[in-house]
Amino acid sequence: MIGAVRRLGRIGLAFFERLGRGHLFLLAVLRGLPAVLLRPRLVIQQIHATGVLSLLIILVSGLFVGMVLGLQGYNTLVDFGAEESLGVVVALSLVRELGPVVAALLFAGRAGSALTAEIGLMKATEQLSGMEMMAVDPVHRVVAPRFLGGILAMPLLAAIFSAIGVLGGYFVGVGLLGVDDGAFWSQMQAKVDLHDDVANGVIKSLVFGVLVTWIAVFEGYDAEPTSEGVSRATTRTVVHASLAVLGSDFVLTALMFGD
Amino acid sequence: MQQNRMLEIWVGLFVAMGLAALFVLAMKVSNLSVLNSERDTYRLIARFDNVGGLKVRSPVSVAGVRIGRVTGIDFDNETFEAVVTLAISKKYDRFPKDTSARIFTAGLLGEQYVSLEPGGDEETLKDGDEIRLTQSALVLEQVIGQFLYKAAEGGGK
Repeated sequence: MIGAVRRLGRIGLAFFERLGRGHLFLLAVLRGLPAVLLRPRLVIQQIHATGVLSLLIILVSGLFVGMVLGLQGYNTLVDFGAEESLGVVVALSLVRELGPVVAALLFAGRAGSALTAEIGLMKATEQLSGMEMMAVDPVHRVVAPRFLGGILAMPLLAAIFSAIGVLGGYFVGVGLLGVDDGAFWSQMQAKVDLHDDVANGVIKSLVFGVLVTWIAVFEGYDAEPTSEGVSRATTRTVVHASLAVLGSDFVLTALMFGD
Repeated sequence: MQQNRMLEIWVGLFVAMGLAALFVLAMKVSNLSVLNSERDTYRLIARFDNVGGLKVRSPVSVAGVRIGRVTGIDFDNETFEAVVTLAISKKYDRFPKDTSARIFTAGLLGEQYVSLEPGGDEETLKDGDEIRLTQSALVLEQVIGQFLYKAAEGGGK
């Protein structure tokens, strides 16, 4: 009985310890950001690693998500004789929700896990402590550029996802199912608001970018320096980042659209 | 060096693609073009007994042409009327004083909008003026209720 309570206490303490360490780590990374701006090449490398290399999966899944939305939306809307609203349905669901969320989930799986594995392996092979020996702060030199690169890449990926998704919906709706071309675009433009929908989607993707990249670099930096520890940290990154994205999405949606 | 150059080109392409996607979302998907033309607006106020399903940002139209939008719906605690604020594009600033406002529904189940009908007065409505002649929204339940009542009356004869 007492053992169970003790175990519970230990789990609770460990949880809060990690939570606190994560936030202190975030502060250290933020302090390192100004130094990174002096060396933009490092950030460009990271945008390449997180953004450009995620591009293919974002493009392909965006296209297919848009096409599925077009197909499903059409089947429902045609019952009400409202298939002209297909553009609105596709664009709103992509710009508000699916674009930022699905792009962030893919980003966590594709780029976040790679970030964790890379930093964790650097730690396991003692490259980080080697840097410390040379009086180079690894948080400034290794973590901060990756953090900034991830944050910059994420909104762009989400925007690409939404845009290609709308195109996918257009191909299926107008090309295959015969929705009127003009009605598709004009209804969409009438109902989608630049500030309420598009800008809020961008804000969402920015928040998701911060969350996913933060979790990824922290898990990597905090990983147990063994091959097993790195693999566990990588798994944790994907799980925690996905949960954080979905949970914060609800909060953000309630704040933005819940009036 | 060659490798670095390729990397930079790829990143440049990626950023350009992202910005282009944002641009497409702003211009092609959203109502930016409509918003811009609505920046120069003046306000009119109209009081209705019942606004039905009218919402903020609902369109305001004359003769079927959209000229503005609803920017505020409030309730007057004194007169128990709904106070609707309309933002009308400055291009259309010659509405006579006795213009009337009605709330219509687009289609049977469509969204509701405010329709203005110009009168014949010499004076024109200015910023902040009130539209005196208004007609409330048609509430479908009331219409159906009246119809059923009439039908029952007719059946009794």
